Amino acid sequence: MTRERQNRRLFARLALVALGMFGFGYALVPFYYKICEAWGIYSLGETRAANVNTQIDSSRTVTIEFDANARNLPWRFRPIVSHLQVHPGELATVEYEVVNTRDEPVTGQAVPSYGPPYAGEYFNKIECFCFRQQTLAPGETRRMPVTFVIDPKLPAGVTSIALSYTFFEVAGRGGKS
Amino acid sequence: MSAIIDNHAAGRDAAHDHGHGDHHGGYGGIMRWITTTNHKDIGTLYLWFSFIMFSVGGVMALVIRTELFSPGLQIVNPDFFNQMTTMHGLIMVFGAIMPVFVGFANWQIPMMIGAPDMAFARLNNWSFWLLPFAASLLILSFFMPGGAPGVGWTMYSPLTVQMGIGMDFTIFAVHLLGMSSILGSINIITTILNMRAPGMTLMRMPLFVWTWLITAYLLVAAMPVLAGAVTMTLTDRHFGTSFFNAAGGGDPVLYQHIFWFFGHPEVYIIALPGFGVISQVIPAFSRKPLFGYASMVYATSAIAILSFIVWAHHMYTVGMPVTGQLFFMYATILIAVPTGVKVFNWVTTMWKGSLTFETPMLFACGFLFMFTLGGFTGLVLALVPIDIQLHDTYYVVAHFHYVMVAGALFAAFAGVYFWIPKWTGRMYNEKLGQIHFWLTMIFFNMIFFVQHFLGMAGMPRRIPDYPLMFETWNKISTIGAFGMGLAQILFFYIVLDTIRNGKPAPQLPWEGADSLEWTHLPTPVPYHTFETQPVIK
Repeated sequence: MTRERQNRRLFARLALVALGMFGFGYALVPFYYKICEAWGIYSLGETRAANVNTQIDSSRTVTIEFDANARNLPWRFRPIVSHLQVHPGELATVEYEVVNTRDEPVTGQAVPSYGPPYAGEYFNKIECFCFRQQTLAPGETRRMPVTFVIDPKLPAGVTSIALSYTFFEVAGRGGKS
Repeated sequence: MSAIIDNHAAGRDAAHDHGHGDHHGGYGGIMRWITTTNHKDIGTLYLWFSFIMFSVGGVMALVIRTELFSPGLQIVNPDFFNQMTTMHGLIMVFGAIMPVFVGFANWQIPMMIGAPDMAFARLNNWSFWLLPFAASLLILSFFMPGGAPGVGWTMYSPLTVQMGIGMDFTIFAVHLLGMSSILGSINIITTILNMRAPGMTLMRMPLFVWTWLITAYLLVAAMPVLAGAVTMTLTDRHFGTSFFNAAGGGDPVLYQHIFWFFGHPEVYIIALPGFGVISQVIPAFSRKPLFGYASMVYATSAIAILSFIVWAHHMYTVGMPVTGQLFFMYATILIAVPTGVKVFNWVTTMWKGSLTFETPMLFACGFLFMFTLGGFTGLVLALVPIDIQLHDTYYVVAHFHYVMVAGALFAAFAGVYFWIPKWTGRMYNEKLGQIHFWLTMIFFNMIFFVQHFLGMAGMPRRIPDYPLMFETWNKISTIGAFGMGLAQILFFYIVLDTIRNGKPAPQLPWEGADSLEWTHLPTPVPYHTFETQPVIK
């Protein structure tokens, strides 16, 4: 083979290498994502599972039972759900319904109690209708929320907590809250 | 004999050996330089081009250092400052230091292997002429709306996507620069592999030729990856792709991986030809053969191969898992081993040699000492826990200027002083050469040694203004910069003075020089050499 042909062949081969490396640069794009995925390295390009709340203790389930009483109050008072399964650390919301059967405005205050009693320490209410007095117009029906989270430090043996509200009339108010 | 395309001259008598400067081809004046396919002419073009770019990049450095003389913003706004740092980097890397060694390659490789010219002489011409166009694009970007891009020479996304049209000019300039390098490298590889004179086996080639062979392979492999990265930036900017845009499913860190996969071999592309020059100069002035020729070849090859697996040491702080950081740290430390072999071999070459310290040797010894220092700071930066602290500080700036300026640039100066008698037939003024060396040495250290302190004290890179506590070192660094700049004006004078008024050089000005251009060719070399290839015994 003449010198010139040898040179041209080598040129062609090297030019092919250069082209190949250009393609390699583009190939690095899927390589990058595949390798990150294979090695479990989070990359912006990857869709993530829903954010995991690390405060929730998924290994435990506690049953919360809801109870409602009206003491000397012309109100019908009941929880919407009678019980709920939650994990400690998990935020939950339930509703109570109250109906004023009298034909004049009545003000009441709900007071919680817990069973077992020491569970109250671990029962963190974020928002509750028991935080303030409730005034209902004659015949009014109202749904009121309780948002709570059970502290993960709840002693291990406790698998069930009862939350019981008792509504007391606030005397002398008669509709003024 | 050779089937090389060598007929830029219609009707010229190929048997004539004219002194350089005589009748070349059918053309005179500017057309000679535009149409030349002669490796010596093209080498000269590369060398002058790189000197012009070195001066332009140097002025930009002076703008940077002037602004940094005092805290506060005195002479430029932050946007323009970023344009200066970006363009200084791009021009110095792609316009100055890479082309200067291509200039050496063109001049020296054919002569050192006994070949009449490069394998593809016309392609050689085009490879050069791409460069002034590319450089014009870069400079033109300053005059575009928005100015030159202020993104750093590394051109990270997402900032590059936000730049004005100056960024597109730069991207096209990089395409042209890359094409020039790739074609030039193919030319060099083909020349070295196919056109050696009979008897010039691979393991008898001068080290300078070996380092260029290896560098050319690095260029062919790495430069196209840079082309890919800037093309992806271009399409992200204008054609709706989202390679680096998280909102579109991409990732800015991906750019860094692709860039540095090119970027790390790139710094060895810059360093290796410099090593080659040093391997010619030190034995000549020690009057002793290079110690450990084979191990030098293997060490250079090892450095080249390893350079492909260390890139993420530029990226320790992107959020990489520890395992990744450790891998790249160990690989980077490993590269110090073959590099150390080379340094030891150079020192051992000098051991019990008959030493004289003319200017080329001064620069070679300066290289030896200061490249080693730069290598040490590189080792420091290789360590992940330390780099977390020093990343993007002036410590990094100090490191790479030590290896690229006190390393590669000093090697280039050594090469110019060493070979200018062979190229021009005239001796440079030795006294002036020595003054140039000492001024450069002293002022270089003034600029960059103190930057290690700045980096360790926490001064970040690429900032136009800084807290008062950094003022002293910055002032010293700036004064050094002006000194070094003035010293290069002296170098320009020395070169011109040599060409115009230099004393005629003897056939062998350097007693210990023994490669083919010294032993087989007259001084100055004729326009065409080795048209009949010698047989090397």
